[in-house]
Amino acid sequence: MVALQGVDLSVNQGELFGVLGPNGAGKTTLIKILVTLLLPSSGQAWVDGLDVVKDYRALRHRISMVSGGENAGYGLLRVREQLWLFSQLYGMSSSAARSRIDELLERLGLAEVANRKITGLSSGMRQKMSLVRGLMTDPRVIFLDEPTVALDVGAARDVRTEVRRWMREDPTRTVILTTHYMQEADELCDRVAIVNRGEVIAHGTPQALKQQVDEDVIVDLQLEPGRPLLDALRAVEGVGAASAREEDGIDRFSLLLADDAVLPRVLSTVEGSGRRVTGLVRRQPTLEDAFVKLVGRSLHEEDSAENGA
Amino acid sequence: MTQYSPLRIFFKTVVARAYPRVIATWRQVAWIFFDMAFPIVGSLAMVLVYQGLHAPRQYLGFVVMGGAMLAFWQNVLWSMATQFSWDRGNGTLELYTIAPTTFEAVLLGMAVGSMITTTIRAGVILVAGSLLFGISYASGGALAAIGVFLLTLAALYCLGMLLASLFLFYGREAWHLATALQEPVNFLSGLYFPVRALGSYVAGGASLVPMTLGLDAMRQLLLPGTPVFIPVGLETTIVAIQVPLYAVLAGVALRFLETRARSEGKLVTRWE
Repeated sequence: MVALQGVDLSVNQGELFGVLGPNGAGKTTLIKILVTLLLPSSGQAWVDGLDVVKDYRALRHRISMVSGGENAGYGLLRVREQLWLFSQLYGMSSSAARSRIDELLERLGLAEVANRKITGLSSGMRQKMSLVRGLMTDPRVIFLDEPTVALDVGAARDVRTEVRRWMREDPTRTVILTTHYMQEADELCDRVAIVNRGEVIAHGTPQALKQQVDEDVIVDLQLEPGRPLLDALRAVEGVGAASAREEDGIDRFSLLLADDAVLPRVLSTVEGSGRRVTGLVRRQPTLEDAFVKLVGRSLHEEDSAENGA
Repeated sequence: MTQYSPLRIFFKTVVARAYPRVIATWRQVAWIFFDMAFPIVGSLAMVLVYQGLHAPRQYLGFVVMGGAMLAFWQNVLWSMATQFSWDRGNGTLELYTIAPTTFEAVLLGMAVGSMITTTIRAGVILVAGSLLFGISYASGGALAAIGVFLLTLAALYCLGMLLASLFLFYGREAWHLATALQEPVNFLSGLYFPVRALGSYVAGGASLVPMTLGLDAMRQLLLPGTPVFIPVGLETTIVAIQVPLYAVLAGVALRFLETRARSEGKLVTRWE
């Protein structure tokens, strides 16, 4: 099985670079190679100028990694103790580590649970604690692998805010972030690479990627539940791409149309299927639209395909 | 970011990794039951057997000392060798790997933490067993016995590091090895009887586990009348050689298996 193929990317110092793609796209494999956990079967990669295969020992001084849903460490330790333990693996003095840990815990709203056992933390708190672990050693490059996955809105916002603040503090710091949340990539990243099925299918600034669908007319269509319609809509002349998702009992379709003249043909197809339109909105392009145009399917559909659904 | 020297990172890692082991003594008091009651019950059974057979008095001492050493062997097998399997399962191993520290430092930290806590446990077993069964020891050999004990611990935990390297690569598949090593080693090391009883070849083979010779030497020093397998001096020398031997082998195995594990994706595999 090939997890990654033909990946050719460069990330600038001081950049917040996003790797965006569905589950199983190869994002985590890419990160694990860059943080020296995996050896690539072919090809080369450098982080901060160091070869991830040959110079891995030197590289480990300069990086850290935080993964979403992280469960690492020892449940019997308290938050502050666990963070101190990991700081020691980098040689930090205990006093500097404690001071930095307290500062970051405060910033992430965890000061009150600093003396709580790890087993007593919610998943959001654990994730924030993992972020503190990743930031406390002041790495030159930090890899954030789905850092907000499964977090509630507030916790995800706190994580994103802290990442931005950490970047602002030192413009030489670099973040490589994987996510399958389009909005997160759009909001946070200076540049984004879209990965699908092990290959980078596009990369650039979120704005540049969205420009790929700039000339399309993007329409969100809401329909009452009924017969499957996605393939029929994709077959309409002038429909560049289409995706669908079901939300609160309503089928929501996103359509990329070549121009306004396509819309009547779309509505005629809907009418012919016997389904009723409950909403129709023309909107600005998003990264999701760029993904749909590039891949032909939505991220959600790719996730479902990966999970065998 | 500040880049610290490898030596500094090594020692800080040792202390940090020992910490959860030591703190667990106070925070997970279930060990009082599992790590002390069970060995004492096991020893009690052997004592009753020996009493029923009207065995010489020092045999009760063999059993109590063996019970105390059992705590260390179990600790090496289940809390050290297998620990990388647990660490891999919850993602901690990934964090150890990408840090600028070494597996040797992490394992040494585990060993130091374990030695401290298990010595307390073994000490309690030794004192309780000795008082319960009225064992007396030759005080003249106490200092030498402590020296042999420390050497044995060093060799035993270096062997644990070597075994841990297998878990780094094989994960839970290596659990069968730990299971297979437990009872046979308990028997072959002569935990409850003088190892000479097994004959030269079997006892010689069992001497690969440092506990075999270390325990026999301590018994010779503390329990006069212990049947001599080989003289204390030679036993101590062999155990002393095992310390660097197993340490070097562990280092080589860790480096080799880390590279293989990175190549085959074994470090990033979670619960299998």
